[in-house]
Amino acid sequence: MNQPASLPLVASLLDAPLPASGLGWLDAARRENRAAFAAGGLPDTRVEAWKYTALRGLAQRSFGSGDAAAQTRAVDASTLALPGVAGVRLVFVNGAFRADLSSLDELPAGLSLQPLSQALLGDAEPLRFALSRHYRDVGDAFAQINAASASDGVVLRVAAHTKIELPVQLVFVGAEAELAWHARNVIELGAGAELCLVEQHASSGQPTQLATLVSDIDVREGAQLHHVVLQDAGIGANLFRRNSLRLHARAQATLHVLELGGALVRHDLRAELIGDDAQLHTRGVFMPHGRQHIDTQLAIRHQALNTTSTSHWRGVANDRARGVFRGAIVVAPGADGSDANLSNKNLLLSPSAEIDTKPELEIYADEVQAAHGATVGQLDERSLFYLRSRGIPLAEARALLTAAFCRAVLDDLPNKALREHLSGLLIAQLPA
Amino acid sequence: MQERTLCAMHFPANPIAHEVRSYRSCRVETMLKIENLHARVEGKEILKGLSLEVNAGEVHAIMGPNGAGKSTLGNVLSGREGYEVTAGTVTYNGIDLLTLAPEARAAAGVFLAFQYPVEIPGVNNTYFLRAALNAQRKVRGEKELDSMQFLKLVREKLKVMQISDELLHRAVNEGFSGGEKKRNEIFQMAVLEPQLAILDETDSGLDIDALKQVAQGVNTLRSPQRAFLMITHYQRLLDYVVPDFVHVLADGRIVESGDKSLALKLEEHGYAGIGASHPAGAVA
Repeated sequence: MNQPASLPLVASLLDAPLPASGLGWLDAARRENRAAFAAGGLPDTRVEAWKYTALRGLAQRSFGSGDAAAQTRAVDASTLALPGVAGVRLVFVNGAFRADLSSLDELPAGLSLQPLSQALLGDAEPLRFALSRHYRDVGDAFAQINAASASDGVVLRVAAHTKIELPVQLVFVGAEAELAWHARNVIELGAGAELCLVEQHASSGQPTQLATLVSDIDVREGAQLHHVVLQDAGIGANLFRRNSLRLHARAQATLHVLELGGALVRHDLRAELIGDDAQLHTRGVFMPHGRQHIDTQLAIRHQALNTTSTSHWRGVANDRARGVFRGAIVVAPGADGSDANLSNKNLLLSPSAEIDTKPELEIYADEVQAAHGATVGQLDERSLFYLRSRGIPLAEARALLTAAFCRAVLDDLPNKALREHLSGLLIAQLPA
Repeated sequence: MQERTLCAMHFPANPIAHEVRSYRSCRVETMLKIENLHARVEGKEILKGLSLEVNAGEVHAIMGPNGAGKSTLGNVLSGREGYEVTAGTVTYNGIDLLTLAPEARAAAGVFLAFQYPVEIPGVNNTYFLRAALNAQRKVRGEKELDSMQFLKLVREKLKVMQISDELLHRAVNEGFSGGEKKRNEIFQMAVLEPQLAILDETDSGLDIDALKQVAQGVNTLRSPQRAFLMITHYQRLLDYVVPDFVHVLADGRIVESGDKSLALKLEEHGYAGIGASHPAGAVA
């Protein structure tokens, strides 16, 4: 797009003053990312990774930045509770940390957890690598504006060889006001550490917002991360999330994602398997309905020997909704003996719904096992008739089959209470 | 006529409507009445004037060569999409069956045991069966069963059908052997207790032990209130489930009817020649 600043969205985001940190390197990184955003603007659909997600409509909106009232917005903490998840919780409202809604009192030994706004007041040097990153590509526009503007988020570290028993819950709430907010998360699991992270996106009221989240997650040698994402943002939310995951030798990460909410939702997962025998397992369900648009982009790079990735995603689109899935897997030179498996199956529940899916596999190594597949279809007529012939009404039969289709990829989520909760939410999202 | 008089006495001052109703409720009514049924699949006429009457308590075997329309008959009766009825009527307990959705037919007591039961991954067998039974009960105005009541019922039926309860914990038909799928059909029938059970080639693909088990299940469910329509290609099943009537279906219509000896005749002479004396005796 020429003259990026002529677009209301770009102009409004550039209008926000840069947060001042007092840290030279950080302020410089913010300026540079902001300059890159000002020059490049928003990606259009000619950029491959944005081919099916047009930002034309969003580009015409403008959002004020920062919420002066973020500390006083009424949010009912009880609505944030999740079955199977109790213990440490960090809550952000419109991108700002809310101590009153969080519970950080009893941090288990070996877990260090604080909001970025506080972490920057102390020794910020450990954050320097992550936060001084420059995003140069126009496809990274939302990461650029996030790097320029985010002043809060999560800083989490698990000490080496420490197993954190209870899940840690991170909640991002979009509340009331029509504005843009940003959150930057830096997460590290030390060697041999274990953590279950539950990331939740929720809303209070149904404000029209623009939100960006960028997370850097480093999983060190032999560490195990289990990451569950429940995205149930408000129907007015334009939510751009980018997770950059680095897996060192023998590290294992499992990701379960349920995408339910939002108006325009984009999830970028960039995973690099940089250590030998690292394993990544991603599972996800996206269920746009109404006029929702939910886009999932996986970019997985196998860069070391005998690395494994499995990705099983399901999409269900109803009404006039649109789902987008791109799974790009690269097995880099030298990543011999790697195993990559990707599947994306999709269901269209309405003739006006659309799902675009694109699995891509690039292999530059030897002795690699790789498989990918994608399908888009309707519910199996034979199965529907079978259920109906036993007395189950058509609508119920459809819901039963659709829920089964989705649950297939959430079945290996070990937290039973949470798994059943997610299953209930996805059933509730189905047409009655 | 005597029945009619007796019944009318319950309504001493009845208008004609009452008299008609009491008359109908007293005489032994035909459960299923198929008249001159014509049906098409993908534009091709398969049933070409089929007529058949089935009463409660009766077991009818429909036999015929491949392509005669046997499975089409089962599918039309259970309401499968893609089957177009172009002429004729099907009356079930006095109602026009063809206007009902498949689920409504099920609730009214019609059950189809599939020739090829569908595998449904992710849907638990027990959950499915309880949803089905409760959906039917709801339509009939009966109280739905809670999970304890349902489990009790299921355990009874498992015992009667001699089926292991391991089957309950699996997804519907997923990974079942051919014999297990057919037994699961009969088990579902036992739980749902239909009035009219249509068995579509339930014997196909079964070894002799599985066939005996399935037959025993069917025999257990025989009752004066229930009728069976057994669609089969071979006489074999009829050794174990002895029918009251045997019909030969050829080229879309019943060309010959008789008792069980007809099946034996077919076994001996094949379908060629059957119905040859009949004007509609074209054999496929």
